[in-house]
Amino acid sequence: MAKVTYLEDKEPHPRERRLIFKNVDRKGWNPSLKKYLSDGGYKELKAALKMEPGAVTEEVKKSGLRGRGGAGFPTGVKWGFIPPKNEKPVYLISNADESEPGTFKDRYILHQDPHQMLEGMAISCYAVGAHLAYVYIREEFPEAARIVEEAIAEARKNGFLGKNIQGSGFDLEIYVHRGAGAYICGEETGLIESLEGKRPYPRIKPPYFPAAMGLYMCPTIVNNVETLCHVKHVIAMGGEKYAAIGTPRNTGTRILCVSGDVRKPGYYEIEVGKMTMGELLNDVCGGPRKGRKFKAVIPGGSSAKIMRCHDSYKIKQGDKETEMTFYDLPLDFDTIAQAGSMAGSGGVIVMDDSRKMSWVLNNINQFYAHESCGQCTPCREGSTWMRKITDRLVAGTATPADLETLESVAYQIDGRTICAFGEACAWPVESMIAMFRDELLAETSEKNADLPSNPEEEAQRRYLQEA
Amino acid sequence: MPDILQHQVASPTTPGSKHFAPFEATAAIEKAARERIKQYPKDRQRSAVLPLLHIVQHEFGFISPEAIEWVASMLEIEPIKVEEVVTFYPGLRQSAPGKFHIRVCRTLSCAMGGSYELMESLCKAADIDQSKMDPHHHPVVVSPCGTWSVEFAECLASCGTAPVCLVNDDFHEGVAPESAPDLLNQYK
Ligand SMILES: Cc1cc2nc3c(=O)[nH]c(=O)nc-3n(C[C@H](O)[C@H](O)[C@H](O)COP(=O)(O)O)c2cc1C
Ligand code: SF4
Ligand code: FES
Repeated sequence: MAKVTYLEDKEPHPRERRLIFKNVDRKGWNPSLKKYLSDGGYKELKAALKMEPGAVTEEVKKSGLRGRGGAGFPTGVKWGFIPPKNEKPVYLISNADESEPGTFKDRYILHQDPHQMLEGMAISCYAVGAHLAYVYIREEFPEAARIVEEAIAEARKNGFLGKNIQGSGFDLEIYVHRGAGAYICGEETGLIESLEGKRPYPRIKPPYFPAAMGLYMCPTIVNNVETLCHVKHVIAMGGEKYAAIGTPRNTGTRILCVSGDVRKPGYYEIEVGKMTMGELLNDVCGGPRKGRKFKAVIPGGSSAKIMRCHDSYKIKQGDKETEMTFYDLPLDFDTIAQAGSMAGSGGVIVMDDSRKMSWVLNNINQFYAHESCGQCTPCREGSTWMRKITDRLVAGTATPADLETLESVAYQIDGRTICAFGEACAWPVESMIAMFRDELLAETSEKNADLPSNPEEEAQRRYLQEA
Repeated sequence: MPDILQHQVASPTTPGSKHFAPFEATAAIEKAARERIKQYPKDRQRSAVLPLLHIVQHEFGFISPEAIEWVASMLEIEPIKVEEVVTFYPGLRQSAPGKFHIRVCRTLSCAMGGSYELMESLCKAADIDQSKMDPHHHPVVVSPCGTWSVEFAECLASCGTAPVCLVNDDFHEGVAPESAPDLLNQYK
């Protein structure tokens, strides 16, 4: 049975710049240590072990590397939050939960280049002084868990992990910890609770910033798989040279995962900010399907606000403000944020003019209603309430007032919850209503207010009769 | 079955039950469990609850009340602390699935690519009554012969090759709805 897909004949697009995905789909490549070493693997770890730990962090700070897991927070700055007088053990966790809808990059790293992540982790652990680290892999990646465990065993046997790594006196153990199918385990404090063996209820920040009070209440660094891989390249090039890739404040490369209504969906690694939305969608991804036009794009995983393709945006670059069409927007963290959405996890979901926005929103709402951990009332009740309203919208039984309720529910979740899931479930609704109000309204009818009952009441009545 | 758990657990018997041995704390799983516990710092053995539950589910198909008791005793914690974990995670089951458990991605990119149609044709091919499926809580539905079970899953992180599904541990990408019978034929 085919376990891991290699697309060996799939050449990277000429507009790509492959750093992290250099070995993904590479001809003759496999995830073994032997292959990795034949390609200069673990050279950066050896180099880092000869530096002072603080100097490694300094390089990462200089590189301007920003987290690739969703929030885009500067990695070196995060590492610096470990209390200076700390005497407790420090832990590091590689976040391989990859469950943001639309995102599919980390799995390819785990499957095809696990040693790259392990090397990045080892360097990062050395920098922050961690001697125990975990790779938190979502349960739906059984093959990835096996491959990474094999890679760890191989690395350990060859002195790249374990005691006294490469004679440096630095000890490090890495283990795989598998989740069990809950999206909220991707949120770093939920992940930590899960790793402690509890329900993954996120912790409130402040005070529970992982870098100060994380796993077992000890300082803990949680970084995305891709972020940790970048650390290796920062050491290879030096922070300053790395920072020259991409654009100022948005350095390096990043992997964009394009799915939905384009001719060539897939993963593309680009220099951050050096490609526009139009180049990505039309040149790299082959444009819309035959006879179709692009309608809307979610640029950074399903939690990001939806954008209309025919809009234009006022973007500040330095001191000057320029008006740009959607297709002219450069793909970086700051521009997408200025355009009212977020670059998030790099999951670009494209919809063409064949898609009904009520259906799209309902699908998204079902996801969040299913995945809310249930700790905070606004999120637990609100996500389900929003789903029920869009259920009605799709069924054609919604009233115009339902849309107002939907909007007000979303705004009552946003900013009133323990973790950022609250925003993640509210933003799609808020932005969808802002962008496509007329389309949604057209699917409602005043007359529906006179319907004898809605389907939920019907189902409830049936249930009570049967019981 | 331990009294305190009995009333909380749905009946674990399904047509799939015949494919799984009843839970037993064999020497082999005890050894595997001890290996896992060692991966966490001293006195933090509670962290091993998910790994131990995965061992149980992999071996016996689902997590029975006896298994919960066993995990609790291995970790020296109260059974309720194990059960609260079992009842939270969608990936942990309390009744037997089919011999082959199929998870179809339901989320946006896959839905656009035809995953609902795929689910429909899988159910048809496996003789599963899709009306038994709760669209919002993803319960497992088992075919009458016990060979198959299906479930909707949320984004499986392969949205670029939609629609996708997992059959036990095997990943299948770009599964056209009409190829559902072929997919089932690869197993059995
Ligand atoms: C609801 C929610 C889900 C998340 N899921 C993931 C995920 O699947 N993978 C991930 O790397 N980060 C995820 N994050 C972000 C993490 O909380 C955390 O910010 C990230 O792992 C930090 O790594 P980075 O700095 O390298 O980006 C999620 C955040 C939230 C609020
Ligand atoms: S916002 Fe939602 S997911 Fe986050 S802690 Fe609250 S209930 Fe849980
Ligand atoms: S939406 Fe199906 S794999 Fe992501």
